[in-house]
Amino acid sequence: MSDLEAAVAAGVLGADEAHRALLQATVEVARAIFGAKAASVFLLDEEADELVFEAVAGEGEGELIGMRFPAGTGIAGWVLTTGEPLVVDDLSADTRWSRSAAESTGYVPKSMMAVPLLVEERALGVLSVLDRPTESRLRLAEVDMLGLFANQAAIALDLLQRARRARRRRPARAAGPRGGAARGGRPRRGVRPHPRPRARASRPALGSEPEVKARRSRL
Amino acid sequence: MSAAIELHEHEEEEELPAWSLPAEAVDRIRVPVTLPEQVTREWAWGGSTGAGVRVCILDSGVELEHPLIGRVERSVAVVRDENGELQVVDDTEGDLCGHGTACAGVVRSLAPDVELTSVRVLGAGYKGGGETMLGGLAWAIEEGFQVVNMSLSTTRTKYVERLHELADHAYFKRVLLVASAHNMPVESFPWRFASVVSVGSHEETDGLTFYYNPTPPVEFFGRGLDLDLAWLDGGSIRATGNSFATPHIAGICALILGKHPDLTPFQLKSVLYQTASNAKETAE
Repeated sequence: MSDLEAAVAAGVLGADEAHRALLQATVEVARAIFGAKAASVFLLDEEADELVFEAVAGEGEGELIGMRFPAGTGIAGWVLTTGEPLVVDDLSADTRWSRSAAESTGYVPKSMMAVPLLVEERALGVLSVLDRPTESRLRLAEVDMLGLFANQAAIALDLLQRARRARRRRPARAAGPRGGAARGGRPRRGVRPHPRPRARASRPALGSEPEVKARRSRL
Repeated sequence: MSAAIELHEHEEEEELPAWSLPAEAVDRIRVPVTLPEQVTREWAWGGSTGAGVRVCILDSGVELEHPLIGRVERSVAVVRDENGELQVVDDTEGDLCGHGTACAGVVRSLAPDVELTSVRVLGAGYKGGGETMLGGLAWAIEEGFQVVNMSLSTTRTKYVERLHELADHAYFKRVLLVASAHNMPVESFPWRFASVVSVGSHEETDGLTFYYNPTPPVEFFGRGLDLDLAWLDGGSIRATGNSFATPHIAGICALILGKHPDLTPFQLKSVLYQTASNAKETAE
């Protein structure tokens, strides 16, 4: 391995971890700002046409990462396909949705705010905030604020995708052991490495471990 | 008289000048002066129920026999056939996510006698959604609906040129496109086009309250906050979004067209301006 290759490999691995940390920080701040029970980022896997839980703060943190559902269904899927933000305050009224959510995640939120994650002309995924306090009436300023967070999350998600694409392209000998040294440090709850099997290197899917892929949700 | 029939009649008058106006043709293009000195809401839609107006909901489908919506005249879906070609086919799926049902319910609540048609372009996944939307819109324009509700947008620039062509085509065919704006600093379409009526949200609770925005591209604000909306399985849901402000403006447009069916899209936009809640001379 040349010095340059090694430097690029180390940089890519470090960037991958840093960008996932940034994404995680974004959902944690979103959750805190809105006083919500949970906040999540879903990534669009364009090839599979599915949305994947990429970062979760609060309820489901550590369990939902990698879970997938069809990109055109449910509240998040609708937000992605229409490109329009949405706030629903009584999800329990949608019995199909509630039942599906309960079966797949074990958690049925009462309310959900969701905005698309857009970078330039690409839709990368969806940011959602679940169960914000409902004592005070929603203001449009809150929806606007969520949009601002979505911009930040979209940038983090874009950086993460770029880093992963670069990592998949680097020479095999530069890859090092799975979860190499550059991935080290304190294990983060709710954030796990996404080892990319060589056979699936061309897929843009993230978090697509087989056991996870089998679990689908209509969230 | 439906827009489709009216347009057909225009097309039959081949002698009408299209590209230049000879002096002797002036008498043949006399048009009615439809706006009085002061356009009031009473003049604009007083007594109208939207009867005779065909409204298209370009969305995720509309649930059939929903108690808040009632009759849906026709439901179609844009799908790909075995050769990958887009086809518009009759649809019995209803609504796949609830959103189209919500939009239809808002239009119905404001204009109870409109004729609703659902064109399902959402729900088949994200992939290919842009082509499906364009296919549905092209069909709706050719069908000659007076109002098309589009609570959706695309950021994909590869669709912009075609979408722009369709929006302009609709404008000249007297098909009014009412499109949701983004509340984020995002370049998306078709709401950014001047040929459509673009809609954002205000925070008030009256469905007939709407505002003209003197600093576009978002041209109008409709009710979009904390709405009780028709949803799946005959139920309802409380939700917020520009998507639901849009059918409020679409419903008001249908009321106006119910009373003044010959208004062109630019005249209709002028009536909206004159009757907006922030227009100083508005007389209720």
